[in-house]
Amino acid sequence: MHRLLEILEHEGPVPAEDLATRLGCSVEAVEASLQQAREQGLLLRYSALISWDKADKPHVFAFIEVEATPEHGTGFDHVADYIGRFDEVHSVYLMSGRADLTVVVQGEDFREIARFVAEKLAPAPGVKATATSFVLKTYKMEGELLTEEPGNKRLAVSP
Amino acid sequence: MPPSGIREFFDLVQEMDDVISLGVGEPDFPTPWKICDAAIQGLRHGITSYTSNAGLLELREAIAEDLYARYGVEYDPANEIVITAGVSEGMDVAMRAVLNTGDEVVVPQPCYVSYVPCVELAGGRAIALETREDDAFRLQPAALDEVITDRTRALLMGYPNNPTGAVMSRDDLLPIAEVADRHDLLVISDEIYAHLTYDGSHTCFASLPGMKARTLLLNGFSKAYAMTGWRLGYACGPPELIEGLVRVHGYTALCGSVIAQLGALEALRSCEPEMRQMVQQYDERRRVFVKGLNDIGLRCFEPKGAFYAFPSVQETGLTSREFSRRLLFEEKVAVVPGPAFGPCGEGFVRCTYATAMDQLQEALARLSNFVQRLGT
Ligand SMILES: Cc1ncc(COP(=O)(O)O)c(C=O)c1O
Repeated sequence: MHRLLEILEHEGPVPAEDLATRLGCSVEAVEASLQQAREQGLLLRYSALISWDKADKPHVFAFIEVEATPEHGTGFDHVADYIGRFDEVHSVYLMSGRADLTVVVQGEDFREIARFVAEKLAPAPGVKATATSFVLKTYKMEGELLTEEPGNKRLAVSP
Repeated sequence: MPPSGIREFFDLVQEMDDVISLGVGEPDFPTPWKICDAAIQGLRHGITSYTSNAGLLELREAIAEDLYARYGVEYDPANEIVITAGVSEGMDVAMRAVLNTGDEVVVPQPCYVSYVPCVELAGGRAIALETREDDAFRLQPAALDEVITDRTRALLMGYPNNPTGAVMSRDDLLPIAEVADRHDLLVISDEIYAHLTYDGSHTCFASLPGMKARTLLLNGFSKAYAMTGWRLGYACGPPELIEGLVRVHGYTALCGSVIAQLGALEALRSCEPEMRQMVQQYDERRRVFVKGLNDIGLRCFEPKGAFYAFPSVQETGLTSREFSRRLLFEEKVAVVPGPAFGPCGEGFVRCTYATAMDQLQEALARLSNFVQRLGT
């Protein structure tokens, strides 16, 4: 099951027949695993990984450390859920260390993100303080190294 | 001494664009970065001197631990292990240390291209022993028994095998050990693909009862840790034997590259997960590729090790060489004709599946076109 999910994570949708051949099991077993993964909320969706730095569409990411007030019984769950509902928010994590939450926000430009932080995030219920850091350049994301030059480094034929 | 049968194809492929090459004998993964980092740190700390002839003691200790953990074979790092510039150098040094002029070495074929030349360069006579597809390209004890003469000094074999992908299980090896014992043979066992064993585990020849004393184990980092260009391997055996190897190696290579030795040490210390991950991917590609070949009508026995498939092209009516040349020119897929690995490789071609999955699938599509065109 884990290897199956790993393949999907790296390659996106792969036909069940191909997965079965690769993993040496039956198509039925693969289909059952896929269904189970969907039902259990393990497999959320398929998506592509885009290197936005290379596209001419402006795209900015910011990592925002958020200090928040925990609630009795639920901790930071409510405030995190509240923040996560904004479309601008790419991801939200509960953190160890200084800040309570790290919020990744995406926007078209710095101004848009600044406005979002000032007008939406900072005043959100439970948020005490924010510290915003903008991403200037992406070197690696989701396991994909963006600095590598493509091309084959092997000889074409060797013993 | 003839040029390697691989050379001709290398020259042809070099001149063409868009070729999918299944002709390589090395991983498509880069060396795990921890290994590169260890080497870089070594350079920064000025570790750039000769090592002892046998290699860094720390590395020999790590190798001894690794072999003990995997196979339960005990080698003394002090005098039973020598670090070499790949299995290639280990094999050369072994032949020169062991053979007297005219000594015979039995070499099961198809086999890696260097075996026969290494024997001959050291003044020995290589006695080719054919293995057959019907036997899953495994060495047969009765056949081995038959070719042994009073000049036979050693058996030189490599399983998992390049080019066939055949493996020898413990049960397959036990009767070979019996023959070796009866005829007092040295067994030179090239186990460079040991970690690339699928469906089951590798048996180290030296781990068989009584065999450590008559085995020279050759292994290295090229394949399992994707370190082909680093040039690092090792030989293990009884002290008298290793002493001879160290002497020849000391006079010719002096020692293995210290930088590569640092990398290899890191490989053994921390790169088991990276290695397992690569093996997992080879295994998946193996299943896809071998099924693909059989579906196309190129009968392929199931390789259980290394990263090669060795399909038969006899049904096409072409020789291995014709098949390979026409496949290259008409579909731009490079494979290696079987006879490069010994005359009994005729009728087969070697395909490497250490190639990205999408490339493999494209190669299968091209192979399918080619075979269909031949059939009509
Ligand atoms: C069976 C076998 N032995 C030895 C070698 C050479 O390995 P090394 O890089 O350690 O010299 C190869 C490389 O292709 C091989 O396939």
